[in-house]
Amino acid sequence: MKIGIPKEIHPGEKRVATTPEAAEQIIKLGFSVLVESGAGLAANISDEAYKEVGVEIVDNAKTLWKSADIVMKVRAPEQHPELALDEIDMLPEGGRLISFIWPAQNEELMQKLAAKNTTVLAMDSVPRMSRAQKLDALSSMANIAGYRAVIEAAQHFGRFFTGQITAAGKIPPAKVLVIGAGVAGLAAIGTAKSMGAIVRAFDTRPEVKEQIESMDAEFLMLDFKEEGSGTGGYAKTMSKEFIEAEMALFARQAMEVDIIITTALIPGKPAPKLITEGMVKSMKPGSIIVDLAAEQGGNCALTEKDQVVVKHDVTIIGYSNLPSRLANQSSQLYATNLRHLLTELCPEKNGTINVNMDDEVIRGTTVIKEGKITWPPPPPKLSAAPAPQTEAPAYSATQEQQKPSVVKQFTPLVIAGLVLFGIGSVAPASFMTHFTVFVLACFIGYQVIWNVSASLHTPLMSVTNAISGIIVIGALVQVSAQDQNISILAGLAILIASINIAGGFLVTRRMLEMFRK
Amino acid sequence: MSHSLVTMSYIVATILFIFSLSGLSNQETARKGNYYGMLGMAIAIIATALSASVTSYAILIVALLIGGAIGARAALKVEMTQMPELVAIMHSLVGMAAVLVGYANFMDSSISLVGVEKNIHEIEIYIGILIGAVTFSGSVIAFCKLSERISGKPLLLPGRHWLNLCLLVAAIVLGWMFLQQTENGGGSLPLWIMTGIALVFGIHMVMAIGGADMPVVVSMLNSYSGWAAAATGFMLSNDLLIVTGALVGSSGAILSYIMCRAMNRNFISVIAGGFGTGSGGEAAVVEGEVTPISADETAQLLLDAKNIMIIPGYGMAVAQAQHTVNEITKLLRDKGKKVGFGIHPVAGRMPGHMNVLLAEAKVPYDIVYEMDEVNEDWAHVDVSIVIGANDIVNPSALDDPNSPIAGMPVLECWKGETTVVLKRSMASGYAGVGNPLFVLENTRMLFGDANATMQAVLKALKG
Repeated sequence: MKIGIPKEIHPGEKRVATTPEAAEQIIKLGFSVLVESGAGLAANISDEAYKEVGVEIVDNAKTLWKSADIVMKVRAPEQHPELALDEIDMLPEGGRLISFIWPAQNEELMQKLAAKNTTVLAMDSVPRMSRAQKLDALSSMANIAGYRAVIEAAQHFGRFFTGQITAAGKIPPAKVLVIGAGVAGLAAIGTAKSMGAIVRAFDTRPEVKEQIESMDAEFLMLDFKEEGSGTGGYAKTMSKEFIEAEMALFARQAMEVDIIITTALIPGKPAPKLITEGMVKSMKPGSIIVDLAAEQGGNCALTEKDQVVVKHDVTIIGYSNLPSRLANQSSQLYATNLRHLLTELCPEKNGTINVNMDDEVIRGTTVIKEGKITWPPPPPKLSAAPAPQTEAPAYSATQEQQKPSVVKQFTPLVIAGLVLFGIGSVAPASFMTHFTVFVLACFIGYQVIWNVSASLHTPLMSVTNAISGIIVIGALVQVSAQDQNISILAGLAILIASINIAGGFLVTRRMLEMFRK
Repeated sequence: MSHSLVTMSYIVATILFIFSLSGLSNQETARKGNYYGMLGMAIAIIATALSASVTSYAILIVALLIGGAIGARAALKVEMTQMPELVAIMHSLVGMAAVLVGYANFMDSSISLVGVEKNIHEIEIYIGILIGAVTFSGSVIAFCKLSERISGKPLLLPGRHWLNLCLLVAAIVLGWMFLQQTENGGGSLPLWIMTGIALVFGIHMVMAIGGADMPVVVSMLNSYSGWAAAATGFMLSNDLLIVTGALVGSSGAILSYIMCRAMNRNFISVIAGGFGTGSGGEAAVVEGEVTPISADETAQLLLDAKNIMIIPGYGMAVAQAQHTVNEITKLLRDKGKKVGFGIHPVAGRMPGHMNVLLAEAKVPYDIVYEMDEVNEDWAHVDVSIVIGANDIVNPSALDDPNSPIAGMPVLECWKGETTVVLKRSMASGYAGVGNPLFVLENTRMLFGDANATMQAVLKALKG
């Protein structure tokens, strides 16, 4: 099948849906790849780079849309500015489209696509489960947005992030507050932390506390009991009392921190307003707010979408296209997500896709199948949280075993003492001399063997094999006996023991020769 | 040679044997130690041969030469993967020699002891033959299990503990009968029956032990062969034999203890046989998705890493991948990366087996670390590669008290940044336990034959 990658037409969109690396892998799956000329330019990928891996370059968008069996894009289809033609109209009847769609917000688009009998897979609808992680484009884009948010903040911030003590005086580190510790929030925490800032983070979901603390940031606790986790690992709307407590916390923090990065989003709803005008006013002059929720209306009351505004001496950054501002990186990750999706769709690597609605990942991603709207999908069976561990009843039992009773501890000693006493009371002197030697030898052996390096345990065994061949001495003293039978038995014993002696020493030597620095 | 001179030679031999064992405390002195052992053995044999009691040199020399030739041939031919088999069969030889010497001593009518001394001597013969026979038959079964001539699965007869107890009681009763009959110069019948019982006991004991416990069995039989030699020493009133036997016996006992500790197994329960029987509730079922990785990606991962740890298991030796692994190690070290090997005490089929296999592949021993040395450093490890190992890297040993291997110390590779697990397919390990390591977020699975995939990684590293 032919996969077509058109040039993105949305103003300011610099990403592209495939990179040469991803295209090479896709071709290995048996597909052929067409790319519109200049599609990768904004992401620093030339047509030549595509050609090198065997991609066909197509000169204009119309031909590309017409000849491709599957179209892969970043943005949802929209009006083409140059051709005065909607991208949907270029999509052939019964065509296939893979891109971001946002079906909840774009009902009209969905109807139009369905009317053309198309099959549409929405990269924003990939179910949140562990198997689908590698094709989760939302996460990979959010990761980039989080990183870029800190970079944008640094750009407008008039100071260092890291604290320093220089000859010219002491520089305090910047204080960063991250609201919402999803993928974007965590990426922002990591980036700000690695630049040396003091990072605090807040989230309504208590289970992210550990993740935040693992990144060496401070988790701001709210002294309030309410579970903020919704389905699929996303946040949900909180109660009024909770929001009040939360706002009080933000108000206190606003006075203290230099940079606020907000990432609070609730699926399918306008972004919650967390930073009021009053809070902005209370911030120190020169402070920065980066609002990652600008697309959905913004977490800050003063955010203007796609604008950088200065209000009350605070710079408020409302870019909604942060991933696109790191176009090469985002294209790489997005292209890899798409490639993984194709791998799922084409398990036989024969270059044809099979939209298998029994597969949970594909079912969730597919929003229109052959003209039928299949969105929203049934809720996924597996949640993103790990399965709870089974309870551990056996544990208490093992703990009890660790404290043996006094009787148990001393029983062997008592028995050993009685046996020794018993032997001592009947044994003749000659036996006791040998017994002394035996016991002392055991102790020498104990001391010597504990010093043997664990790496030499096998040579130890083979050398003890050899020296236990010393039993040959016993046979040697008997071999000259008068009785023919004894001589034969002893001779046999000598033969056997000497196998041990020769074999043991030689194989030990062979092994030890191998140990080289 | 006079009696005193022979005794003096024995003392020298004893000291040389002790040096030989203490030499094994590190690799530099180990070779010298082995030569001390040879020298000690030569002194002991020559002194005995020249003593007054030895006259028939023909049998002696012929037997020595034949035996020596067989031993030398075996030593030079054996594959390092077959070391456990060689060691097991050599244990059986010591056991058999002890039985033969015991019978020869029993038949020897020239020894004239009376009263308690005579009784003690008879008991010494009896015990010497008993231990020898158990060692012999047990080692033969261990050899067969290790060389897969018979199945490694434990054979659990119903009421096996009662059977063992019956055999023990029978051995004691026969011992008493033996003592009674030797008063009148008889006693060979109880001795024969006891030998038979001891042989059955040895077979039954090792048959009941599972494949995963083989390292314990091999070291335990090592210990038995020592005790057999010591018992023979008592029987012949020979201190050299007693001391050597005690040295070997305690060596084997300590090795068994180390192996048991490494698997968190109770020595008694290993000997009693069976694996995983009588453990508590159901072990947690492993759920989740594995993340596969290709050889090229693995190579890239290795090139990006600074600190690499390789965890080999017996599967690596089975796949004959150790030479490829060594080449990869050399290449990565040349690129300035820190590469180490983490060895679990029970990696391989006998104590220290994995070290020998790596040494054979010319891996320098100073980058091969023991588990305790490695387990503190995982935070600094960028990539760890698990080759042909499963149970020794199983996190459920630490956090799931219901797991059959709960409490066993393991190599905690998941604490490093990324773990790459080489595996033929998704199957459980020797202990039949699912491994949650495979589904961890920082674990990547590299499927395929260990040697073939390692070759592919090597190629990708070079290319």
